[in-house]
Amino acid sequence: MTAQFAKEAAKKRRVIICAGTGCMANGSLKVYGEFERQMTEAGLNVALELRAEDDGSIRVSQSGCQGFCQMGPLVTVLPENILYCKVTSADVEEIVKRTLIHGEVVDRLLYVDPATHKHCTGIEQNPFYQQQQRFVLRECGIIDPEDIREYILQGGYSAARKAFLEMSPEEVCKTVLESGLRGRGGGGFPTGRKWDAARVQNSAKKYVICNGDEGDPGAFMNRSVMEGNPHSVIEGLMIAARAIGADEMFVYVRAEYPLAVKRMRKAAADAEREGIFSGNFIGTGMKLRCEVMEGAGAFVCGEETSMIASIEGKRGMPMPKPPFPAQKGLWGKPTVINNVETLVHAVRIIKEGPEAFRSIGTKTSPGTKTFALTGHVANTGLVEVPFGTTLRDVVLKIGGGVTADNGKIDKNGFKAVQIGGPSGGCLTKEHLELPLDFDSLKTVGAMVGSGGLVVMNQRTCMVNVARFFMEFTQRESCGKCVLCREGTRQLLALLDDVIEGRADENTLKLMQTLGHAVQIGSLCGLGKTAPNPVLSTLRHFREEYEDHVLRKICKCGKCKQLLRPEINQEKCKGCGLCMKACPTGAIAGEKKQPHKINAELCIKCGACAKACNLSAVEGV
Amino acid sequence: MGTAVTSAQKFERVCEILEQNQKKPARLVPILQAIQDEYRYLPEEVLIFVATSLGVPPARVFGVATFYAHFALEPKGKYVVRLCDGTACHVKQSIPILEAVRKHLGVTEQCRTTEDQLFTVETVACLGACGLAPVVVIGEDVHGQMTPERAIELIDEIKRKEVQ
Repeated sequence: MTAQFAKEAAKKRRVIICAGTGCMANGSLKVYGEFERQMTEAGLNVALELRAEDDGSIRVSQSGCQGFCQMGPLVTVLPENILYCKVTSADVEEIVKRTLIHGEVVDRLLYVDPATHKHCTGIEQNPFYQQQQRFVLRECGIIDPEDIREYILQGGYSAARKAFLEMSPEEVCKTVLESGLRGRGGGGFPTGRKWDAARVQNSAKKYVICNGDEGDPGAFMNRSVMEGNPHSVIEGLMIAARAIGADEMFVYVRAEYPLAVKRMRKAAADAEREGIFSGNFIGTGMKLRCEVMEGAGAFVCGEETSMIASIEGKRGMPMPKPPFPAQKGLWGKPTVINNVETLVHAVRIIKEGPEAFRSIGTKTSPGTKTFALTGHVANTGLVEVPFGTTLRDVVLKIGGGVTADNGKIDKNGFKAVQIGGPSGGCLTKEHLELPLDFDSLKTVGAMVGSGGLVVMNQRTCMVNVARFFMEFTQRESCGKCVLCREGTRQLLALLDDVIEGRADENTLKLMQTLGHAVQIGSLCGLGKTAPNPVLSTLRHFREEYEDHVLRKICKCGKCKQLLRPEINQEKCKGCGLCMKACPTGAIAGEKKQPHKINAELCIKCGACAKACNLSAVEGV
Repeated sequence: MGTAVTSAQKFERVCEILEQNQKKPARLVPILQAIQDEYRYLPEEVLIFVATSLGVPPARVFGVATFYAHFALEPKGKYVVRLCDGTACHVKQSIPILEAVRKHLGVTEQCRTTEDQLFTVETVACLGACGLAPVVVIGEDVHGQMTPERAIELIDEIKRKEVQ
């Protein structure tokens, strides 16, 4: 059924317009409207509804995030599989006339590979997609996330049905355990073991929760899946429910993702309406219930016990473990909480078997992982690769290289990658050959985390990056544990000392001691990992810290207090532009003679450097 | 009896929201979210009313309302300008945009809403639109690849619309 559908679908003419958050921000809905209008005008038979019979019409549909947000709005034309980038409504007429009617490719809308300057017609030639192996993201970008029939026609909900009708809960747990699936939320705990722990609990009531509270700044994998293929998340939850014997399911989505909330809610309501949760479909006496909860802006709620408190209508504060949620969770009942991506993988494992899953990735980290590749790279977006792919392949091949501040590719620009968000660490040049998987990352003091990969170029000050994360965790600390609440505040103050030039040698030592204390003295993952960015940058970029502390300089020119602007006496022609631009009158000099900056009056605003046509102002 | 009727009238919409959530204390977060959608913030008297209706101490309702960043105890402006300061936006220079917008509207980190109650300027940790960094969200509209100049242009556009 699936294969046949795919074959049939592949032959049909279809226009897919990406309607993920990124493309919508760039106006993809206008493009969608324009396609409808232009095609009707051109006399083409437009089908907005999915139809099984072939009546020669062209289907125009929206899809979820295709992961290449920076190039949006994206328009895919099937069956040729042409990918047009940055399409505006003004381009639609040309696409309709040339591609849909005459079958030609509009070259100017194709993606141009920044490395080779070649035009890429479809995703097969596109280096961004070429290196990827998409499983979790496979259907995102093809199917219409708001149409349950499309998901079902692709073979959707067959895995859930199989789990309920053909497998016992024990078998489901065993299959997932055999597959070696590890939690994609960060910890990497074997999912099968987690499920089994809840399964053996003797309780009439059990719960399953999907953790869609993707709070790490710089990560948006779960958003894309929830927006692009919400039914796969629900199907995964149903499998988890079968595995442990739960009848109530929750999807907890963070409030910052309004589109994901909307699509998950619609998906849950549609599934309910179509009878997917009913006893008839799953063949049990019980009926499943699924509720989508919207978070309220607290990072700590991504932690299991905090999320449970939040669903119970309380402040999202963590609880000591044990008892683990699998023993005593939501309302004191056994509860399993899984990340969005973990659940989607579970669907595939049930459908295709554990061996197929194990055949990809490494021995201890099988399967694929999605990473959100952002920061100073040419191609930003969502990347799904098998575990064990090297950092070099992800950043330099898929990412297309590191960019300088002006957006151009800089071959020697790579400085570091921040992996795993505020809980993670930094990877440097020496780690470029490191395979990305749970265990290798642990050995270098980093973690997979949720999968945010932020690339930083040579002009990024690592002390500033550490401060950025510290400020985040300090603000998001719930305040329950003293060391997390006060320790993060003190660490932030110490970092400020470094940045503002008040630090001495003891500061770095103190930061390290305090960092370790916070790790030990905190209850939940937030506090336990909060010092990681500081400790990891201290480990890999000690020189940079020493520059700030001992020599009071910031080589990247990002720490304002440490700047010492000077006018290069040889370059300066004494034109006086800088003098005019200076808001504090700190620059003096005779006309046509080199000028000088009075350090006492200077506020280091950089106005002089901007005004100078000869780049004679240095160090700001 | 008399006071009950007046407060019920005054809080008609709140009562509806409470009914929709079966007056369950466990539904406190969604209840507060619905109220904030209605009032644009959480007025103190409404919070006390909610606590009484749910049969929980007001301290618990205030505890929840102050814990989550999404809830505001003070009125927000008609347009909430949210600047993303997630990692990707941060390394792509989101702070200069924030500074420019704040300066342009005359607001500060403490005093976030303009005097005419038109704009509130906030930062948010990550909107998940990192591919478009830096990102600014005004109301429901996401604007990507921002610069200080473009952000100010957007704000001026809204101002012009409001004057008309």
